[in-house]
Amino acid sequence: MSVTTIASAPPGPSATGVDEGRRQPSRWDRLRVRLMGDQGWFPYLLVLPLALVLWGYVVQPMLATFAESGRGEGVENYLAFLRGSGVARSALLTSLGISAASVVLCGVVGVSMAFLLRRFSFPGRRLIEAVILVPAALPPLIGAISFQLLYSETGIVPRGLQRLFGTESPVLAFDGIAGVLLVHTFTMYPFFYLAASAAITGLDPSLEEAAYNLGASRMRVWRTVLLPMLTPALVSASLLVFMTSLASYTAPLMFGVDRTMTMQIYINRTNGNLPMASTYASVLGVVSLLFLLGMRWYEGRRSYRTVSKGTSHRREVRSRLGRWLALAGSLVCTVVLLAPVATIALVAFSVNGSWTVQVLPTEYTVQNFVEIFTEPRSLRPILNSLQMSLLATVGCVVVGVLTAYAVRRLQFFGRGLLDLAVMLAWALPGTVVAINLIAGFSTGNAFSFGQVLIGTFWILPLAYFVRFLPLVFRSSSAALAQVDPSLEEAARNLGAGWWRAFGSITVRLMLPGVLAGALLAFVHSVGEFVASVLIYTSRTVPISVAINNRMYSFDIGTAAAYGMLQIVLIFVVMLISGRLQDGGRVAREGAQWAN
Amino acid sequence: MVGVTLESVSKSFGAGAPVVDSVDLSIDPGEFFTLLGPSGCGKTTTLRMIAGFYYPTTGRIRFGTEDVTRRPPNKRDTGMVFQNYALFPHMTVAQNVGYGLKVRKVGRAEARRRIEEALEQVHLAGYGSRRIDQLSGGQQQRVALARALVIRPRTLLLDEPLSNLDAKLREETRAEIRRIQREAGITSIYVTHDQAEAMAMSDRIAVMESGRVQQVGTPQEIYYRPATVFVARFIGRSNVLSMPVVSAGPTSVEVQLPGAGTATVAAPADHGLRASDAALVSLRPEHVALASPDDPDAVVGRVTNVEFVGMATNLTVDVAGQPIMVSAVEVPGRPTIGDRVGLRMPVARMWVVKP
Repeated sequence: MSVTTIASAPPGPSATGVDEGRRQPSRWDRLRVRLMGDQGWFPYLLVLPLALVLWGYVVQPMLATFAESGRGEGVENYLAFLRGSGVARSALLTSLGISAASVVLCGVVGVSMAFLLRRFSFPGRRLIEAVILVPAALPPLIGAISFQLLYSETGIVPRGLQRLFGTESPVLAFDGIAGVLLVHTFTMYPFFYLAASAAITGLDPSLEEAAYNLGASRMRVWRTVLLPMLTPALVSASLLVFMTSLASYTAPLMFGVDRTMTMQIYINRTNGNLPMASTYASVLGVVSLLFLLGMRWYEGRRSYRTVSKGTSHRREVRSRLGRWLALAGSLVCTVVLLAPVATIALVAFSVNGSWTVQVLPTEYTVQNFVEIFTEPRSLRPILNSLQMSLLATVGCVVVGVLTAYAVRRLQFFGRGLLDLAVMLAWALPGTVVAINLIAGFSTGNAFSFGQVLIGTFWILPLAYFVRFLPLVFRSSSAALAQVDPSLEEAARNLGAGWWRAFGSITVRLMLPGVLAGALLAFVHSVGEFVASVLIYTSRTVPISVAINNRMYSFDIGTAAAYGMLQIVLIFVVMLISGRLQDGGRVAREGAQWAN
Repeated sequence: MVGVTLESVSKSFGAGAPVVDSVDLSIDPGEFFTLLGPSGCGKTTTLRMIAGFYYPTTGRIRFGTEDVTRRPPNKRDTGMVFQNYALFPHMTVAQNVGYGLKVRKVGRAEARRRIEEALEQVHLAGYGSRRIDQLSGGQQQRVALARALVIRPRTLLLDEPLSNLDAKLREETRAEIRRIQREAGITSIYVTHDQAEAMAMSDRIAVMESGRVQQVGTPQEIYYRPATVFVARFIGRSNVLSMPVVSAGPTSVEVQLPGAGTATVAAPADHGLRASDAALVSLRPEHVALASPDDPDAVVGRVTNVEFVGMATNLTVDVAGQPIMVSAVEVPGRPTIGDRVGLRMPVARMWVVKP
């Protein structure tokens, strides 16, 4: 090889950006980046009012409840939970026991339904799918009443069976804890059904095919592939059902189970023992908070949901007998699922006081509805509820949308806390929210502008706001996730200021989701009973409390008529939500009432 | 027209290592300037700092002589084309293009005229009333370009605007973007990870890696005189051979060649090499020629891989343990794996790079 020499090399460009002139970021730079990110002080201007609202109406009242629980007997109240005998301990254990049993029952029903409907094809499948969420769509009070009318000792089914078999006493009557579990199973299995359905649909069929391809048997595939993949969904659903059962108040009320945490809060409050009620509320609040944190921790871990390219296959039920059995089973199932609504509808047309020992009401009339709309005294609760719910919904939308935006899109110090505060409002049982508001606003403070709110018109809208803010927050968050952040950046790049870009692009694109969330918050507010019954004033009786009062005075027809109006409102709203873009998911969520 | 200057700009997110690390750039008025690098090299972050979506942790950004370092994005007067186009789905094509004009309170008649003009410029005249989801990907891309240009921005920023188009459309569109940019005479900063795109379009290219600028230069400079091993390998393919230094001059280095003998290889002025250091010498595969094993000017090696790629044949030849890539249009004797071949490695095509 010859050696060549180049006389002169062309001047090479030198690399830039090498160490000279490089400045290390100072501590102040780092702090500025950490606190201000790329949006300057702006996020703090937006977040500060939101943080104050959440602090003032969610966190501060909870702390006030703690303080209240320490008055009077003080630590003694808490020690009651540890003593062997006594109401406190047995209430706590009963509540936990009911919750655990509810998880098992809902899990069995929900997961079997999900597998049946997602993995098999049989006559009547679509029928069940159409009505599967109906029982859970009832407001808690109406749901509990309908189950009482159907399955309690004086209910339609046990009496019907008694008549049929000619026995001495009603057959298959549910009461006490069994009744509570019945209500829980019917109204909470959707948590499992929806989670398992989503997980099953989300499973990549090729994973299962891969297992078969490698020689696994059907049982082995179930044990080693399908069930492990479903675990995250099942754990989340279990936590949700446990929390919701713990918070359940109407079912124990209707089936007369006094020794639960929620009932004890109610009983102590009505007996005027606020410190003891606060103690119960604190314990229940802390347990709920722990569950919330547990749930977030668990969901933060990896979930197995995979992107499915193929479509999951259903197994067709082929045998003639099988198809007939499936059809018959589906019809029974559909009747059972629709029975609560049908009962309310039927009873709404019965004459008050006419239904005593018969299986079904004997005399029918439209008078109940006429009375509600013509008598000012009966119409008042409806107007009250609509007015208070509207106010609460406006608050939920303003705070919910801005909080969702702040949490999802802005960088600021304390973002996690803001998120947690909203979810705390979601995790707290209605009874606890009510006690918190009583403790927080029995005297004036800065957040009530020095006014006492208890006993005024404002306390119920505030309770609805606190309870249903998370609904708007979550639907806004979900809607926001669909909006590409670069759209807002494009608007900013074209010269729009923050408010203009936010209004003309982001909010405009979030609108369907926000609207669906707002409708949801509205119907929940109209149906709200759990907190209302603890803090309503005689001048602002909401529908749910009116229903409860009517039930007590045996105006069952009128109570059911109120209930029917609520049910109609709910189905109209779910229909509208379903029509809204992205509303389907929100409509499904609407089926999950906090009891 | 305005130039853009970055003065030791760094950006860190949280406490981690900086994403952009002391970047100095000076972009001339009217220039088509490309930030090129693999994903995660900080090129998009740099562009977003110029647009104002991020503020630098340290350093200054100037448009002309104006300091815009911490100015909000809506006050910078840049036109940006986003990777996913970011067209407003709830607006028509004309409303999208007119958004910036509306914000600037341009009169209705003039706005309409300018929207039409902009749509004509991107060959979309008559599409004004279409909805965005009625357009193909290429058409959406052109709407995004029209929307950025219609406001007559001081600089045009393009963030991988071609990455969502198929290969054929990509080549057409890049010529189109360059034509429109020349016509408008607008300073443009283009971000891409595609070196062919960068070479074809740019006046100058900054090659970035791990948040640092590795080299700034014209496509020719970057191709023929890569500053570092990374640049040599990222732009096209390159053999980088380690050769012991015999003696070092100001712009050249005498090295020990793989076969036998020494050669003086061109080097950048700041090569910093001394005798007995190991110099890294780059040589493009297409500059290596196949020869007979008996050729006295050739080094001898054994073929370890052969790929026919249409316009050329790519071979890998093992020379004394070093794999050397060869790309040849004409392949005499059609060597196959295991054959002994000779390689001529022209010293004039060698260039010393930094690690």
